Amino acid sequence: MNTQSKSYESVDPAVDELGLAPVTDGPAAAMLLSAGIGSVVLGIMIILAELSPAANTWLGSFDPKLGVGPLAGKVLWSVVAYAVSLVALWGLWRNKDVNLKTISIVAYLLIGLGFLFTFPPFFVLFAA
Amino acid sequence: MEMSDREIWTVIHGMGLGAIYLLAFGGALAGMWSFRPGFLTVAAIRERMRRLYVGFAAMCVTAWATVITGTYIVYPWYRVKLAGDAFEKCANLGLPSAECSPRDFLLSNASGETEMWHELGMEWKEHVAWLAPLLATSALLLVLVYGARLITRPRLRNAVLILLVASFAAAVIAGAFGAFINKVAPIQ
Repeated sequence: MNTQSKSYESVDPAVDELGLAPVTDGPAAAMLLSAGIGSVVLGIMIILAELSPAANTWLGSFDPKLGVGPLAGKVLWSVVAYAVSLVALWGLWRNKDVNLKTISIVAYLLIGLGFLFTFPPFFVLFAA
Repeated sequence: MEMSDREIWTVIHGMGLGAIYLLAFGGALAGMWSFRPGFLTVAAIRERMRRLYVGFAAMCVTAWATVITGTYIVYPWYRVKLAGDAFEKCANLGLPSAECSPRDFLLSNASGETEMWHELGMEWKEHVAWLAPLLATSALLLVLVYGARLITRPRLRNAVLILLVASFAAAVIAGAFGAFINKVAPIQ
């Protein structure tokens, strides 16, 4: 029986000897894309806070009265976006082989944008 | 040899958890690097998997612990506004005080051109640090779910490495600025 799913890209006798059950690309795509979504949502929250004093105040309302300020809302929504997208996409793609190449490129772009949006000289361009 | 509670938390956040994260990153990266076809026997794969699980899990847990302690314990001490709108209580100080928080102190330029440490360093650090645990979590999940299958799936193995290095990059930016800022304007 061929235990390799179509997404296997190379062979290794030692891995074959382990007799592992095949796993589709879907869960990996979910893990990658959700990392990208969480990263870019953090960046979007940062830019929102710069664009709008009202958004900044709203993000600050998630501070658990510790003095964290708007950072509390920014990171909360980023983590929520990451967790929700991970669970949803994993459920959706659990047993599917998806286009991992395209999804990983999108995920890396989103992660890159996440890094860019956290860079102060960039996000201050959006200051109200 | 005395340290205040705040100094102890700063050490736990930066040196304690940060050092464990760095060690775990080294182990995880070294483990993944040679995780490719033809490099390992069955026994070596089994042994390597245990180390990878421990390394990636340690990295993930310490990344979360570092950002949570940093954001919810240390950061409020840094950013509290004590010195007034014009930072008048920071005048002539060489270091932050009970009436001049580290943020106030840096923005006041009381001991030189320190404003950019906040405007660039702290603003970048406080945000980019949160990318580290997100990326480390996805890397850990990939290792947990795919395990030894990563050997025969180079695209996934590369994805793990990219997430690992990106998580590390975020942590390095945050950690380096944290160390410099705590040197210029320590939390006391």
